[in-house]
Amino acid sequence: MRHIISVQLENESGALSRVSGLFSARGFNIESLTVATTNDPTMSRMTIVSIGDDNIIEQIIKQLNKLIDVVSVTDLTATEHIERELLLVKISLKNDSQAEVDRVLDGFDAKIIDASEEAYTIELAGKSQKINDFIEAFDADKILEVSRTGVTGVCQKI
Amino acid sequence: MKLNGAQILVDCLKSEGVKHIFGYPGGAVLHIYDALDACTTMDHILVRHEQGAVHAADGYARTSGKCGVALVTSGPGLTNAVTGIATAFTDSIPMVVISGQVPSAVIGSDAFQEVDAVGITRSCVKHNFLVKNADDLAQTVKKAFYIATTGRPGPVLIDVTKDATIAEIDYEGYPETISMRSYQPEVQVNADQVAKAIDIIASARQPIIYSGGGSVIGNASEALTALTRRTGFPITQTLMGLGAYPATDKQSLGMLGMHGTYESNMAMHGSDCVIAIGARFDDRITGNLEKFCPDAKIIHIDIDPSSVGKVVGVDVSVIGQVNDVLRALIKGLENKELPNIDAWWQQINQWREVDSLAYKTKSGVIKPQTAVEALYEVTQGDAIVTSDVGQHQMWAAQYYPFDKPRRWINSGGLGTMGFGLPAAMGAKLAEPELDVACITGDGSIQMMLQELSTMLQFHTPVKIINLNNGYLGMVRQWQEFFYDKRYSMSYMDALPDFVKLAESYGHIGIRVEKEEDLKPALIEAFKQKDRTVFIDIITDPTENVFPMIPSGAGHHEMLLAGRDEMASTNDSGLNLV
Repeated sequence: MRHIISVQLENESGALSRVSGLFSARGFNIESLTVATTNDPTMSRMTIVSIGDDNIIEQIIKQLNKLIDVVSVTDLTATEHIERELLLVKISLKNDSQAEVDRVLDGFDAKIIDASEEAYTIELAGKSQKINDFIEAFDADKILEVSRTGVTGVCQKI
Repeated sequence: MKLNGAQILVDCLKSEGVKHIFGYPGGAVLHIYDALDACTTMDHILVRHEQGAVHAADGYARTSGKCGVALVTSGPGLTNAVTGIATAFTDSIPMVVISGQVPSAVIGSDAFQEVDAVGITRSCVKHNFLVKNADDLAQTVKKAFYIATTGRPGPVLIDVTKDATIAEIDYEGYPETISMRSYQPEVQVNADQVAKAIDIIASARQPIIYSGGGSVIGNASEALTALTRRTGFPITQTLMGLGAYPATDKQSLGMLGMHGTYESNMAMHGSDCVIAIGARFDDRITGNLEKFCPDAKIIHIDIDPSSVGKVVGVDVSVIGQVNDVLRALIKGLENKELPNIDAWWQQINQWREVDSLAYKTKSGVIKPQTAVEALYEVTQGDAIVTSDVGQHQMWAAQYYPFDKPRRWINSGGLGTMGFGLPAAMGAKLAEPELDVACITGDGSIQMMLQELSTMLQFHTPVKIINLNNGYLGMVRQWQEFFYDKRYSMSYMDALPDFVKLAESYGHIGIRVEKEEDLKPALIEAFKQKDRTVFIDIITDPTENVFPMIPSGAGHHEMLLAGRDEMASTNDSGLNLV
């Protein structure tokens, strides 16, 4: 099952490789990993999406907690939470396809952030499934480049 | 006070109460060595190879319970130390390793003797630090010792750039306390979990205590003994746990696992309640997981939550210092009446009658088991015994029953050949009044031979018991059993004359080829209190370690010496190797 794990850790050099090294050394799967500092500049938040059965997810959480730099670990999927991912995608406008592209954009509340005669650069934020659906709404040959941030998320509980 | 980084580092180690440092100098640590030269309260042991330094610090830590300290230079100094660090990590040994690093200005430029020490060691340390600034040194050393010695202990590496050792700064002294928001090792024992454990214990009819290295590292020997006596339960101990509970006591069933006793493994298999204490269900212990303790409720006591449920699902876990948890259990059992388990003991005693450690002697040949038994007799079971890795390690564990903790020093988790000799040196420095014996083999001893030189220079008289069978015995045994006797590269031709070798290093060498000479030679060796003696014992080259759970089998499917034909196990079994 897919889990979103949110990790607060010391903002120190090497902290990221401690986490990624842990995943590769123990054979855990990473679907995506995002990291940035928080409002406290000495602390980073990392959001990891991983797939595994309950035992594996339990081990991942325990092993993360064991890392000295890690302050807290939360399995967001175990609680009410909000998850978002950001997509930047370049879509070709060749072969008079602009009307078709515009129609897709309307349906997804996506934003054109750069436009030329040949292509749009489009921004879309949402759950991963929405991003997947959006990309799949275009013919494969229209998609010039895809860049996704991976998932970030927060607990809904205050 | 104005001091340079190296002087600060040395002051930190002094303030931490360090008495012995094992190390080897080199370019990046010359300032540190210069500062050490002025220090009169710490002894530096100059090893002959950095791996030896870390193993010696490890042996010192295992024997004394204190934090071991090693000091190595950058590049190859650090890479040589890695095997030792990984050995300590796998067995949860408290240790601080300080490595030199190239000047911070040239980090990343492939400078002379530069390696990414923090990167290389990341997966085999509890934590590591790179210090590029003298201002960070004191705080980092304090953190390193705190991390290494608390919670589940482990090695911590401090990589210090050369410029950080040279810079002069105002030093305000070694910090007295430390707190880290991301590391809080203190654990309160959960009373509800203890109550649940007691419910299981109080209804057990076929209970067994399965105690591991955590009982030794956690100094829980007394509490473990008290709990075992209070419950009247049988106890089996892992290779790492030997000595925490006295092996010669009647409730002790001996070691369990791949080469454990018949009664231990059968009792595990037949148990309805396994109390795992500071043990981690290693694959050498469990055998085939599908056949592991089929009818037991399992209670798991450990300081490390990630040990729980990692390999085997458990019914109740109690997280905490082993000592605290055991005391809570003893208290909780105060007014409890436990069921009568006489029938269980009767069953166990029947298994005991199988006498699974019996072996056949052969005239004209010294059996390695006999050699270990002779050592036990001559040292009256009271020596510190270190070992290397292989058949001799198993025979030492089987035929030298340890009654006290921290007397049996071996690389159980990583299985590092070469560990025994430097570990013996560290053990002797930690306990100079006790006899120290290193049980080794002709394969293992050659991996760290050079430390014989250190042992002379720093006067650490130990007795080396070399069970010399001319083979990499454990490899040979597996090739005999599982590879149709194709002995690929397990025969050691051209062995040195170990007696002359010992003599050339300034020690005493004795060769023993006849069983009747065994005990007199050992008695003579141990009379030499101030000398290291190398006793080269020529043993039966074809002897195998029994009993044995072949790979893929369960605890109840043991093979016994001389009674079971060893047949190759199936392919799926071999995959478990």
